[in-house]
Amino acid sequence: MPAPDLIANVVVAGLLTGLVYGLMALGLSVIFGVVRVVNFAHGEMMTIAMYCAVALFGAFRLDPFLSVIPVAAVFFGVGYAMQAGLINPFITRPEHSQFMLLVAVAIIMVNVLLMIFGPSALNVQVDYQLESFELGPVLFDKARVFAAGMALVTSAGLFLFFKYTPTGKAIRACADNNLGAKVVGLDVKHLYALTFGLGSACVAVAGCMMILLVDVVPTLGPGYTLLAFVIVIIGGLGSMPGALFGGVLIGVSEALAGLFFAPSAKSMFGFALLIVVLLFRPQGLLGRKP
Amino acid sequence: MTQRPGFNRRQFNAALAASGTLAALSPFGIARAQATKLKVGVLLPRSGFQGFIGQSCQKGADLAPGVIKQLLGVDIELMNADTETNVDTARTRAERLIQEGAHVLVGPFDSGAASAIAQVAEQRGVPFVINIAAAPPITEQGYKFVFRNFPTAIDLTRNGLSLIGDLFRETKVAPRTAVFMHVNDTFGQAMFKGISAMMPGLTNLPFKVVDTISYDPAAKDLTVEVSKAKAANADFLMLVCRLNDSIILRREMVKQRWNPMGVISPGSPGMYEEQFSKALGKLADYCISNAPWFNPKTDMTKVVSAAFKKQNAKEEFVFHGTNVAYTFESILIAADAFKRARSTDPKVLADAIRQTNIVDRVALGGPIKFNAKGQVEGNLSACAQNLNGRPTVVLPLSAAEARPVFPMPGYKA
Repeated sequence: MPAPDLIANVVVAGLLTGLVYGLMALGLSVIFGVVRVVNFAHGEMMTIAMYCAVALFGAFRLDPFLSVIPVAAVFFGVGYAMQAGLINPFITRPEHSQFMLLVAVAIIMVNVLLMIFGPSALNVQVDYQLESFELGPVLFDKARVFAAGMALVTSAGLFLFFKYTPTGKAIRACADNNLGAKVVGLDVKHLYALTFGLGSACVAVAGCMMILLVDVVPTLGPGYTLLAFVIVIIGGLGSMPGALFGGVLIGVSEALAGLFFAPSAKSMFGFALLIVVLLFRPQGLLGRKP
Repeated sequence: MTQRPGFNRRQFNAALAASGTLAALSPFGIARAQATKLKVGVLLPRSGFQGFIGQSCQKGADLAPGVIKQLLGVDIELMNADTETNVDTARTRAERLIQEGAHVLVGPFDSGAASAIAQVAEQRGVPFVINIAAAPPITEQGYKFVFRNFPTAIDLTRNGLSLIGDLFRETKVAPRTAVFMHVNDTFGQAMFKGISAMMPGLTNLPFKVVDTISYDPAAKDLTVEVSKAKAANADFLMLVCRLNDSIILRREMVKQRWNPMGVISPGSPGMYEEQFSKALGKLADYCISNAPWFNPKTDMTKVVSAAFKKQNAKEEFVFHGTNVAYTFESILIAADAFKRARSTDPKVLADAIRQTNIVDRVALGGPIKFNAKGQVEGNLSACAQNLNGRPTVVLPLSAAEARPVFPMPGYKA
């Protein structure tokens, strides 16, 4: 049995990483919940956000926490344009058409990144990156703590937007009853684009935080797309708290699996969890039954 | 009468007679023997996930013709082929190089590709000199045209562990425990098995391994692994790694305030590579890699490193040294055999390679002499410690550029 302080350290690290995972998956969940399109380029979009943070740090020594603002703004615009110009025409087409479209977008993104940045791993070197807070025998990695804090703040902001603003309520109305939304005169296509923009901004924030934890290479995307899927399916597709909860669950379970079993097999436990959820609660832990 | 363009009947008959004579003589090597230039097919993974290392090896191949012309007076023509880090591509590229007239093949920095090329070389009867590939079976098949100037995985492990003992003796430090972390891929597993099998027999090593932790080489986060390793409370970390994971792991050690006596690789890439120092800065210093290396003190190394600098003004030889040394030497072996054999006939060339005895070397080790299996014995590893941002030979003493620093500064008992 590992020592209690070792278990505590591992759980804390898993929890903090899980919150950033949750933020990443939140974008996917929001887009699916409203637009009903599964964004298969989600991980690749986060990879681009990570490269944006690297580029801004390289050019202006801009801390990724500050990069969040311009990167999220640009991603919102690009996401809006993508939905309005590219994805909206596919909304009524069969699902396999949507799938192929977004997979093609993902492949293009990876290859463009390879052409621009090459295959080498890049990262940012901020002052606090190798520092940690100490609480008794437990160490809190500073970068992880800040990134997890940002994940919570962003999630809370998004939650408040959907709960209390007229636009947020209109988007929720679209998600709940698409036909009804059209009948009462809501501009559904604009709201879809707005949602895709918000999801993209969310993934941009996650990317800027993730660069503090992970070095970026162009081929990082597909792995994170898959991880985001696992998280939202476990948490409940379309559920915002579910995405955050799923992220934390995956982060902590992987960390504990690495500690109690073989570290090299830790990602296996995330998928095992996915199978259990699909078997016993197909709508996800916090998802609603269709 | 109008003259048709191209050959007339007489010219055609003359050409037919000439080509018939050449074809008739070629099995006896008479026509080939008249070649004044050695065509060397260079097979390297210049793209794909080993692309960076393949390009590093290519630098050794690119400088070889000039240096060898200067040293031996032999003309070399390189025929470069990219294996794309793919075994099947390596096989088809080898076939094509032979069809296009390569007299000898060299390469390919990968055991899988080397095995595939070896089969082609053996079937087609063309000599193949392996630059870098460690899997022992390649030279255990009874091949007659396959030669390897690189230590086998067994030799690599034995040399690496032996140097750990030498390091402790030289620094008069005797760590009693180690935690062993290794990547969980084919290479890492092979090293793990080799080390586990050899450790009990090596009585000169004063330490025991208290915990073994394998990890995914593609892992993006090694928090748990490092937490476990730290909890083992071992004196030093023995690490079999690759590049990206070694960077992540070293950072995580700092984050978790784990300061063991040292980080020592018994024989793996990663910590001596340029990207490791670039990414980590000062944190890269004092990490130790026991790996096949170039001898910084030989005349041949000075010649080769000068040629390297001329062709790659912005690059440091030390970060490409091993790849350049072994690739250059594989072409040198072929050129030396060609000079002695005065023939490009494959059998004559293979016999000449078998008689090789090259004493002045770039790589660390004894003379290049092939045993009956086509394997060079006596290739050594160096203990290369990162000092001031560059790997520096600290052992063996005969090749040392600096004294080893062990334990690492900052070590807390």
